[in-house]
Amino acid sequence: MTSSYIGQPLNRVDGRAKVTGEAKYAAEYNVHGLAHGFIVSSTIARGRIVRIDSGRAASVPGVLRVFTHENREHLPSYDRDDEHSFLPLRDAKIHFSGQPIALVVAETSELARYAASLVQVEYSHEPHVMDLNTRRGEAYDPKEDEDSASSTKDRGDAQSAFTHAAVRHEAEYTHPCEHHNPMEMHATTAAWHGDGKITAYEKTQGAPRSQKYLMKVFGFKKDEVRVIASYVGGAFGSGLRAEHQLFLSVLAARELARSVRVTLTRQQMFTIGYRPWSIQRLKLGAGADGALHAIGHDALTNTSRLEDYTENDVGWSAALYNCPNIKRSYKVAQIDCYTPADMRAPGGATGMYAIESAMDELAYAAGIDPLELRLKNYSEKDLNEDKPFSSKQLRECFRQGAQRFGWAKRNPAPRSMREGNELIGWGMATGIWEAMRLKASARAVLTYDGKLDVASATTDIGTGTYTIMTQIAADTLGLRIADVTFRLGDSTLPPAPIQGGSFTAASVGPAVKAACDAVREKLFKLARNVPDSGLANAKIEDVAFVDGRIALARDPSLGVTIVGAMRYGNLKQIEEVAKAELAEDLEKRYAMYVHSAIFAEVRVDADFGSVRVARVVNAVAAGRILNPKTARSQVLGGVVMGIGMALHEETLADHDLGRFMTHNFADYHIPVNADVQDIDVIFVDERDDIINPLGVKGVGEIGIVGTAAAIANAVFHATGKRVRDLPITLDKVFT
Amino acid sequence: MNEPAPRALTTLASKTAITLTLNGSDTQLEVEPWTTLLDLLRERLDMTGTKKGCDHGQCGACTVLVNGKRVLSCLTLAIMQDGAAITTIEGLCTGDTLHAMQQAFIEHDALQCGYCTPGQICSAVALIAEGKARTRDDIRELMSGNLCRCGAYPNIIAAIEQVMQRAEQQSR
Repeated sequence: MTSSYIGQPLNRVDGRAKVTGEAKYAAEYNVHGLAHGFIVSSTIARGRIVRIDSGRAASVPGVLRVFTHENREHLPSYDRDDEHSFLPLRDAKIHFSGQPIALVVAETSELARYAASLVQVEYSHEPHVMDLNTRRGEAYDPKEDEDSASSTKDRGDAQSAFTHAAVRHEAEYTHPCEHHNPMEMHATTAAWHGDGKITAYEKTQGAPRSQKYLMKVFGFKKDEVRVIASYVGGAFGSGLRAEHQLFLSVLAARELARSVRVTLTRQQMFTIGYRPWSIQRLKLGAGADGALHAIGHDALTNTSRLEDYTENDVGWSAALYNCPNIKRSYKVAQIDCYTPADMRAPGGATGMYAIESAMDELAYAAGIDPLELRLKNYSEKDLNEDKPFSSKQLRECFRQGAQRFGWAKRNPAPRSMREGNELIGWGMATGIWEAMRLKASARAVLTYDGKLDVASATTDIGTGTYTIMTQIAADTLGLRIADVTFRLGDSTLPPAPIQGGSFTAASVGPAVKAACDAVREKLFKLARNVPDSGLANAKIEDVAFVDGRIALARDPSLGVTIVGAMRYGNLKQIEEVAKAELAEDLEKRYAMYVHSAIFAEVRVDADFGSVRVARVVNAVAAGRILNPKTARSQVLGGVVMGIGMALHEETLADHDLGRFMTHNFADYHIPVNADVQDIDVIFVDERDDIINPLGVKGVGEIGIVGTAAAIANAVFHATGKRVRDLPITLDKVFT
Repeated sequence: MNEPAPRALTTLASKTAITLTLNGSDTQLEVEPWTTLLDLLRERLDMTGTKKGCDHGQCGACTVLVNGKRVLSCLTLAIMQDGAAITTIEGLCTGDTLHAMQQAFIEHDALQCGYCTPGQICSAVALIAEGKARTRDDIRELMSGNLCRCGAYPNIIAAIEQVMQRAEQQSR
């Protein structure tokens, strides 16, 4: 494959649609006869609805129906008690504050919202617990624990090695609940077609997954329900599961035989999944030279009473550090909240915050430079399962990152750098994330006019999927970008996994390439038959597809245009569908990870303790970078969210009321423009011939992993104060 | 129970006639007194380029230009804008030609999911017209009412700086 586009910093192909407002998101399909639904949320955390009176709401002119658990249609799925068992309006039981307990549907959104305020509810309360700290005694090994099955395997004798280690560090690290808060609020426009069929314009990270959900919950046949998510206004994990609005809009549309839209309010965005609280205990034992002898990592995260949410907090140390004795545990405890959800680098962002903070403390305890300590313990294989890496250029990340940052000039003593009234601190950390690949499929259709249409039911939540898939397709067939269209976000397209886990490029990319390769082979066969093409005796590896032509690589004057070959073969179009996945034996033989080195400079006000992040250098090794422009944006975004995690983000709970109280953008602070200064992203060269034919890993999550630790470590360097409880707010810095 | 809902809030007929100059066109509308400019655009006029991100004036996604000034359309009642000139993201292009700010956003990849983008662009256009931003830090401060959860801030700054510099060069 010739690379005219792959590796180039192309502008987003969907950029124009986004800067002109033409891109349509879930709540923006104003279909004919649309009605508007507004969710009534519970005001208690645990108990039962004793009485729900929707009479006043229903009497408002323009209100079509008020759905409650008492009058909604009975679905067989209400009787099932399976995975993801929470379904709104199942019964009178209240599981969490903010639980949807009614849906008011009206002719306009304002009427629905107003009428919702008239629904009167009486509850019987049961005692609730929302504070994970008070539930430590009730922690248990989670039931469904795929995430941490291999990551909690013991190695050697960590307790004994820790006891005898020359240098020891032990501490507890905590971080609070965080909410994804994509800018687009979750919404579904359920378009009713009059024949029982529905098209759901849905905010989701996977149209096929939402379709399966609707089939399972409502009993739709596959051709009766279509899910479309052409544009998704951010998600970061919040769109992995079907949220309340999908269920409620479709429920209402079926009963009213009308199109219905349900949008969550920003406040209701705090009633869906979130990054759980975690409490992590780290024990590191090392020799005087800094060589790790023992790693202990015990994590506790909260889950709900509905199901066990788990994430891989503790699996990372054995993939990163060469240590003979490792002991880890992962437990969950139930609180009266909705179930947590994966949020950007679930487990990685949080686990690596604790590990890399502890490594910094160990470096100080041993009197070794923090970067030296990482190099000293550099792992050449993944000790979780004793597997070699498919590729690992982390050393180069350290080298290039440190050089760009100027790490060598660092005075290790805390409070040793100051400018005016600002204490300056430099900190670093390592990042790691799995380079996963899942089965995906794609279809490529080349028409006689030389235009290529490629499609897959994947998603673009802002990652750049539209663009990189267009690049891959264009390069495979030697077409101009302008002649290639890539479509996604539609459950009728060839199946692809949800967009998550940073695996889209590595999963869908090879499927797109395979579909285009199949078209390429057909074209080549046609081209060979064209008289005077000069290709009659050529093999496919002898030719190049460039500028719409199929030509001999050694003599490009010999060949034929794609359009010419199709005309000769009298073909209107060539259509190919292909699937691609990682060979099972490769998965068994190799460990596959993305790595990064993060260097951060903070400035701390000497009087107030307010922290700002002046600059960050993040050096990433993620295999081949398909588009340095969109990939850089992914890492930038991860770093910005990491700044939020380190300094700002915290969903505060009122434990008495069992409710989140910072449920808006004034109280839940996400980084704003003024919080973000210089961020430098480096992609180091990393060749990986194992993971997939494109050599691509994925960059959606690596940017946030390690960032909070680098900032926390820099705050210590600036102030001498070690804050082990995120976010690092000024009250914690100088108390 | 079942007492009737308060009448004043529910009378569907209480609409008022207003005229907006919407992206250059005089538009006659009948609006209810509680309809925000944002809901008018998105739900009545199918102009969905202007986004709703919080409905509380906290995120800036709904930013439009009212008589050239940036305004949060979610906190603006439509009825109060009678006679005003409203420019939305749909009105920034000239025919097929993008506004310089739109083009700069594409070139600098100052967007990811695109949801905050129309508000960012409207805000940035007004920021330049305000003429208060002199330094990069000024731009950061004056763009801090527009949240971007994807974290495109450094690229947004780069895009705005480019447009500012070109505007300055042209005015010299």
